[in-house]
Amino acid sequence: MIALEFPPVNEVLRWKDLFPSFNKIALICVAAALIGSLIFLLAGRKDHKTAPKGVRNFAESIVEFIENGIVMQTMGRDGLGWTPFLLSTFVFIYLCNVPGVIPLLQMPATARMALPLFLSLLVWVVFIGTGFKHQGLGYLKNSLFPPGVPKALYILVTPIEFISTFLVRPFSLTVRLFANMLAGHILLVTFAVLSKALFQAEGNPALIPMGVLPLFMLIFLTAFEVLVAFLQAYIFTILAAVYIGGAAHPEH
Amino acid sequence: MEALAALAAVTGDELKAAEAASSAGFAYGLAAIGPGIGIGYLVGKSVEAMARQPEAAGMVRTTMFLGIAFTEALALIGFVVFILIGL
Repeated sequence: MIALEFPPVNEVLRWKDLFPSFNKIALICVAAALIGSLIFLLAGRKDHKTAPKGVRNFAESIVEFIENGIVMQTMGRDGLGWTPFLLSTFVFIYLCNVPGVIPLLQMPATARMALPLFLSLLVWVVFIGTGFKHQGLGYLKNSLFPPGVPKALYILVTPIEFISTFLVRPFSLTVRLFANMLAGHILLVTFAVLSKALFQAEGNPALIPMGVLPLFMLIFLTAFEVLVAFLQAYIFTILAAVYIGGAAHPEH
Repeated sequence: MEALAALAAVTGDELKAAEAASSAGFAYGLAAIGPGIGIGYLVGKSVEAMARQPEAAGMVRTTMFLGIAFTEALALIGFVVFILIGL
C-alpha cells in the first residue's frame, strides 16, 4: 500500500521561528510592505516630464487599474481621494497572497487569521470614521433607520442593520480573505502529498506512474492560485471601497 | 455478530473522533450546496447581461464580483467550520 499521511496542520501552517516571535509569515509581511513601497518610491522618483517607462509605467498601470476598476466603479469621481489608501491595501494584500505559489516560500501570509483580521478592522475603523465625518450623527440614523421603511418595521430592521453593518462586515471581510487563501494552500498541500506518496509507493510498481496525475492537478491548481491571489486582493479592495463609499454618501 | 462486537469495543474517544470527521464532511458539503447554485446562477445571468449589452460589461463585471464575494462567504464559513471541527 502507499504511505499516505497528511502532515498535521501546525506543520503545514507554521514554520520554526527565525528569531523569537518572528517567523516566516512575519518575514513575508515585512517583505511585502518593503517591496510595495520600494516599487512606488522608485516610480515616483523618475523625471515627470519624459514619457513613463520601466517601473514607472508598471506603477502607473496599477494606479490606473485601481482608479478605473475600483474607485470610479464604486464611489465615482468624489472617491478619487481614496485611491492611495485602496492602492496600498491592494498592493500589500496581493504581495502577501502571491508567496503561496512562489517556490520555496509556498505560503500565503494571509492564510493566517491575524493579518486579514487586522486589515479588515482597519477598513472597519476607516469606513465608520468616514461615515461620522461626512454625516455626523446622522450616519447612525441613516444606517440604523434606513429611510423609506414603515415605522413599525424598524423593530425588525434596526437590529438586522446593526448586525450586518457593524458586526458582520469586518468578520466576513476577514473570513473571505483568510479562508480562500487557507483553502488554496491546503489543496496544494494535499495534491503534493498525494503525488509524493504515489511516486514513492512500494510493493505495487503500477502505482508509480499514477503519481503524474496528481502532479498535473497540482500544476493546474498552482495556476489557479495565481488567479485567486489577484482576485482576493481585488475583492477585498473593492468591498472596502463599497463600504467607504456607502458611508460617505447616504442612500436616499 | 462480529461487527457488533467490534462496535462494542470502540471507546468513547474513538467514537468522538469518528463523529467529528463525518460531521465535518457533512458541514462542508451542506455549506457548499447553496453558494454553488447561487454563484452559478449569478455568473450565468451576468454573462447573459454582458452578451446582450457589451458596452455595460465593465459595470456588470464589478457588480458580479461583489455578488460573488457575498455569496461565497457562506461557503467559506462552512469551510472554516470544517477546519474547526475536523482537524
